[in-house]
Amino acid sequence: MKKTSLTNVGLDRRQFIKTSLSVSGGLMVGFSLNGAAQQDEDASQSRFNAFIEIAPDDTVTLQIHKPENGQGAVTALTMILAEELGCDWNNIRWEFAPIARVYGFPLQGTFGSLGVRSSWQPLREAGAATRQMLVQAAAERWGVAPDRCAAGNSRVTGPNGESLSYGALAAAAALLEVPTELSLKSREDFALVGKAMKRLDTPAKISGQAQYGIDVRVPGMAYAVLARCPVFGGTVRAFDDSQARQVPGVIDVLEVSRGVAVVAENNWAAMEGRKALVIDWDEGPNATLSSAGILAMQQELISTPGAVARDDGNAAEAIANSSTPITADYYAPYLAHTTMEPPNTVADVRENSCELWTGSQIPGIAHLNSVAASGLSPDQVKVNTQFIGGGFGSRGGGNVYGEAVEISLAAGRPVNLLYTREDDIQQDRYRPASLVRMAAALDADGWPIAWTGHVSCQHFQALQNGLDREAVAGLANAQYTIPNRYFEYSALELDVPTNFWRSVGASQNTYFAEAFLDEMARAGGKDPVELRRHLLTDSPRLLNVLNVAAERAGWGGELPEGHYQGVALASVFASFNAQIAEISITQGRLYVHRITCVVDCGQVINPATVHQQMQGGIVYGLTAALKGEITLENGRVQQSNFHNYDALRMDEMPFIDVVIIDSEVEAPGGIGETATPAIAPAIVNAIYAATGKPVRKLPVSPVDLV
Amino acid sequence: MAQITFSLNGFTETVDVPAEMPLLWVLRDVLNLTGTKFGCGMALCGACTVHIDGQPTRSCLTQISYVSGREVTTIEGLSPDNSHPVQQAWLDIDVPQCGYCQSGQIMTAVALLENNPDPDDEEINTALRNNICRCGTYQQIREAVHRAAAIKTSLAYNAMDSEIESKNREESA
Repeated sequence: MKKTSLTNVGLDRRQFIKTSLSVSGGLMVGFSLNGAAQQDEDASQSRFNAFIEIAPDDTVTLQIHKPENGQGAVTALTMILAEELGCDWNNIRWEFAPIARVYGFPLQGTFGSLGVRSSWQPLREAGAATRQMLVQAAAERWGVAPDRCAAGNSRVTGPNGESLSYGALAAAAALLEVPTELSLKSREDFALVGKAMKRLDTPAKISGQAQYGIDVRVPGMAYAVLARCPVFGGTVRAFDDSQARQVPGVIDVLEVSRGVAVVAENNWAAMEGRKALVIDWDEGPNATLSSAGILAMQQELISTPGAVARDDGNAAEAIANSSTPITADYYAPYLAHTTMEPPNTVADVRENSCELWTGSQIPGIAHLNSVAASGLSPDQVKVNTQFIGGGFGSRGGGNVYGEAVEISLAAGRPVNLLYTREDDIQQDRYRPASLVRMAAALDADGWPIAWTGHVSCQHFQALQNGLDREAVAGLANAQYTIPNRYFEYSALELDVPTNFWRSVGASQNTYFAEAFLDEMARAGGKDPVELRRHLLTDSPRLLNVLNVAAERAGWGGELPEGHYQGVALASVFASFNAQIAEISITQGRLYVHRITCVVDCGQVINPATVHQQMQGGIVYGLTAALKGEITLENGRVQQSNFHNYDALRMDEMPFIDVVIIDSEVEAPGGIGETATPAIAPAIVNAIYAATGKPVRKLPVSPVDLV
Repeated sequence: MAQITFSLNGFTETVDVPAEMPLLWVLRDVLNLTGTKFGCGMALCGACTVHIDGQPTRSCLTQISYVSGREVTTIEGLSPDNSHPVQQAWLDIDVPQCGYCQSGQIMTAVALLENNPDPDDEEINTALRNNICRCGTYQQIREAVHRAAAIKTSLAYNAMDSEIESKNREESA
């Protein structure tokens, strides 16, 4: 056991852990994740905001404060709590937590690959505190010292063979003081953490019983779709709904702030009604926006100085002095998210209440948006978290909550607002298209000594002195030791809505950095792995995953005829990833045979989930690298459904070999987004090896393959 | 409006809806059977796959009039307790991530194994290439289809064994 004092960092954390007797006569343990004490506003809810509830019948109910969009939060968080609590895995129940400050509101949600990272320590402490209180209660009952008792499998056992279940001790434990000193388990004592556990949500997801937002049915509910202007920022000038109202099943047609809503008895009637609407749109200033026009703006922006993101040594001089500088422009397009479950929300707005049922990555923001749209006070708004049919960054905020609230208000009844796939693709908030101009210089031995880059794209977050660090993440902060480096950023200001997309800035910048690195390698006559090893003197964990991957994939060894390998690295979300792609090109077609993926993500909670997330992150990035491109013409997104915005199919799925490093690092790293950045550059570097031509624009096109 | 009667998961169902209304929306919004998912509305992604007379079919483009007098099976009709061999295999391999596409994947896999009890990777790819999974569970799905084939085969052997056993018993008696 490892002792941890609850009075560390000058804070008496006892005030942040709170216990009480539950309605059923059990023990409830709550605490705050963000240092805030249990707030008064939370008390307005009927139940105490606990993380752990132990009932007299031994069942343990955990509140899962992170939404589940497939990343395995439910199982991982349960494992962490159960590990320290020492409870029987079969006695565990879980439910999605309501919105409350103790669960992290307003940023209560899952994003930034932070779900486990941010919960690891507080959940362990809560589990340990609860276990110690149960032990204390047993010790008092038996009249023995607590340290002579042991806890595990939902029981406390005493020195003389006494044994009581957690359920039997819960009521007594609820009356005790929260301990000031916690004993956290040592790594070698872990029984659950680090072990491949079956997901708790699988049974519901293979029987059709898992409830996603789209599946919610509440009494009196109608279905709605919304006609939005195809040009971003456009508005309704006038509309004729006479035909729409004739469609069987259509209940009402309502103008709301973002367009014209059709409310109907079922989704199909709503969609048919929307087809029958005649709307005169005021398309506004973006009606002439086109991909070519946007690219021209980016080209202009990188031709004049930008905000400085990194300035080491004197890169400009080193490049100017080089007799053979390497220069290249790289481009990555706008991307949509296309979660399999299209965006949707059920809203029920009444005079004094607003209730939402939705799968949101950040239900805290869904709550805030609903407060704003309904005009009600925060305590009148309730958000019920549902399973999310894919997030990938798309389900943080967005318009869907406010739209559903407005439509419910106008319709005077609960509505289930659905985005069709066309709505989803054409009204998404996109990964911004990014253009970068790079240059590099090599020393006499062919090793890089200078690297510059100037990125132009729309920003992900508010600018600080003209700079958005996320827009250059993965490039300006690449882990390579090169003495002269200069990176700049020029913000592109446009009305194209943009958003996070699995791994955010690193998703395009890792492609730029790693693909250009292979251009440097070739120019200097270096092997790509050898070059990276040479430059990774200051990043031992990244060097290690590279070495393991190179050995595992047989880098430099013999490959089947016509097969080529490409390597790429990513250091993101406190994790380290190396990927080696093996490809071949036959008759102008690209075949991806195998991806070797080595990850060091620190302390592993559930290795089965790490495997899933590595594969999933790769498939997501591979889809984008090979197929993903959103283009604009006349202010309109030109793609509409999977026929022209395709996804990777099973017959295109490479074999993915995942290796997890047994890391000494005690803190967990992120896994949800970790594998996405490196796949595109690993693929294009393999193509470069095959063709001798760098791929400087995504997605990979047929001309890149000859 | 049209009165359509069909068999749904073994029970007779009658609905009174427009004849051209897609089966998907009848299932989801009229009958509140939400295990079958909407993904694209154009038969491009496979999330809405059900069986009609045993054939895997995209319910998003199947008009309700077409199923009149036919047998429809949805994910809810496979088993009451996840005991169908394909569901068992999905549990064993722990396939789902977000899970949204899995009803369609499972229904397609069930139909594949009805026609081809031991498909190879190529055959699995061909059968399932039109079922999109954005979470990237393809490798697990492939594994699970092989596993389901093995479960089905062992069940078949068990059934054969007990048949032979009872026959032997009869003969010796």
